Amino acid sequence: MPATRIAARFEVRYTRLLDAEGKAAGPLPGFARDPAALVALYRAMVLTRTFDAKAIALQRTGRLGTYASSLGQEAVAVGAAAAMAPDDVLVPSFREHGAQLWRGVTLHELFLFWGGDERGNDFAGPREDFPISVPVGSHALHAAGVALAFKLRHEARAALCIFGDGATSKGDVAEAMNFAGVWTLPLVFVINNNGWAISVPRAAQSAAQTLAQKAVAAGIPGEQVDGNDVIAMRAATEAALAKARAGGGAHVIEALTYRLSDHTTADDASRYRSDAEVSQRWAEEPVARLRRHLEGAGLWDKAAEEALLHETAATVEEAASAYLATPAQAPDSMAAFTYAAWPAALAAQRAWFAPAPAGTEG
Amino acid sequence: MAALTLVQSVNLALARAMADDPRVLVLGEDVGIDGGVFRATDGLLARFGPERVLDTPLAELGIAGLAVGLAAQGFRPVAEIQFSGFVYPCIDQIMNHAARLRTRTHGRLSCPMVLRMPAGGGIRAVEHHSECPEAMFAHMPGLRVVVPASPARAYGLLLAAIRDPDPVIFLEPTRLYRAVREEVADDGAALPLDRAFSLRPGADITLIAWGGMVPEALAAAETLAAEGIDAGVIDLATLKPLDMETVLAEVARTGRCVIVQEAPVSGGLGAEVAAGIAERGLDQLLAPIRRLAPPDVVVPAPRLETAYLPDAARIAAAARETMAYT
Repeated sequence: MPATRIAARFEVRYTRLLDAEGKAAGPLPGFARDPAALVALYRAMVLTRTFDAKAIALQRTGRLGTYASSLGQEAVAVGAAAAMAPDDVLVPSFREHGAQLWRGVTLHELFLFWGGDERGNDFAGPREDFPISVPVGSHALHAAGVALAFKLRHEARAALCIFGDGATSKGDVAEAMNFAGVWTLPLVFVINNNGWAISVPRAAQSAAQTLAQKAVAAGIPGEQVDGNDVIAMRAATEAALAKARAGGGAHVIEALTYRLSDHTTADDASRYRSDAEVSQRWAEEPVARLRRHLEGAGLWDKAAEEALLHETAATVEEAASAYLATPAQAPDSMAAFTYAAWPAALAAQRAWFAPAPAGTEG
Repeated sequence: MAALTLVQSVNLALARAMADDPRVLVLGEDVGIDGGVFRATDGLLARFGPERVLDTPLAELGIAGLAVGLAAQGFRPVAEIQFSGFVYPCIDQIMNHAARLRTRTHGRLSCPMVLRMPAGGGIRAVEHHSECPEAMFAHMPGLRVVVPASPARAYGLLLAAIRDPDPVIFLEPTRLYRAVREEVADDGAALPLDRAFSLRPGADITLIAWGGMVPEALAAAETLAAEGIDAGVIDLATLKPLDMETVLAEVARTGRCVIVQEAPVSGGLGAEVAAGIAERGLDQLLAPIRRLAPPDVVVPAPRLETAYLPDAARIAAAARETMAYT
């Protein structure tokens, strides 16, 4: 026996089902033969993009807080969420508006949240889904806890956690993947690799050839998917979730996409990347890609497009108006949810909320 | 009723909580087959099985984050951090998530978890095994911070912490784990999490302490009594929220106080107690508030530990000085 042998090997597969022109690059999954399913994905991506544009417009006019655009990444969020069962749990980052909308979070709730009102996280729809997590990557561990809860209760449910390429450099994500592997948790991680963590490009984030291979160290499979291909995203996530719910353990999907927007409305991406790079990436974007596919299949035309854009704009405008017409809560509401019940020992502090004169005691 | 050490009473409370409520889980490093490095979880794996007592991979941040997810799903995780010196990676999870999930979601999701850990010095341990991080946690809105100082109070306070609907940091004074035995009834009775305990009435001066300093304060009171000084002792027990009413009532009677803190002085919990007395009890004071706490140095390695820690002799000396003020 030689002194040195190969102790482990791994490979990372990359899947794209629709090319940039919207043509099938190979056999498509079953749902892609259902016109209603494809149109639903398209409508969800258009809604996400329309919401995005309105949110930016509101921020630019001082009527919304700092906002993280998902422009160009709609297929990651929508495709992954479309693969979920209603009683799975979504544990999102802050750029998955499309996933939240698909899951039943309302436009009004999203506007409220990004407008600085946490009532927007008290979803009427998916009650067990986690709210947006602003600290990068730390929510991966919550997803592991949720998945462990499912496993301990012997429920056929799975958690889906989405975070960006930058988050894969964090210990939280490594620890979450490790838990998921060692305990065979029903948990699917989706890495929304949009190429940039604010100003730091993917290549400066990790020397690993793929981010999907970070799964390998945790003993779970990892794969790459074209994140601008919503059919591939839904198919890959469906397979991973089905395996997870069946007791087959966790999975990592690295979705390769591109952040066509600034990091947030507080960012100016021209400081660190060229317009030429961004322009080139528009050719790959997911909404036009699926539209071309639908048109090629005879499922979509100009009239349908115009009707959808009109309808979607009206829906988003209505939600924005409702958000703008929603008064802020009373100041003492900020103490309403600090604890299940405000401790008697801190009772005097609530004098702070008395109308006037301002001041507090004790 | 059995005479138990503090660590045995922690174990008893854990077993009681697990027997009473199937949502209660115990997780952490070496908490299963090993029963915890201090044996706080001894026997729980055998009794409740591996789906209730989970040996985790070695990842403190992960343990805290995992507990957040479990708690949001309706479990009542009781997570152990092996020593408080290793809790610092968890701060992001505690501060940014556990303590504010209820606020962030307007009550839709909450975080009824307990993070328990040995804390404090006095056991001649290696570096990072003697820290007192209570003030840091007490500064975080949404948390409760509890430090038991006797076996019976550890039992009742831990039950209360586990049953509480919000996250609780439970700091167990390592030096008291096996220091004394006390009769502890396994009656499932919780103690309130918003009350200080007046352990000894005093007419002349009030000694205010928590955790490992409580027995030192009691010993100092004995010494002082022999000298004709009637010193009372308060165990704060719950540091957030802080029961200032009990403190103010005692200090109003004596007019003099010494606040004993094991952690370095600046920004410590003792400052919060002192401020509360100054704000609401200043006109009752016969002498300046005295804070007795080590200087702002790193907790020393064991050979110098006794020169660092407040003890009964220093407490008695501070009390005498405060009594001498006219």
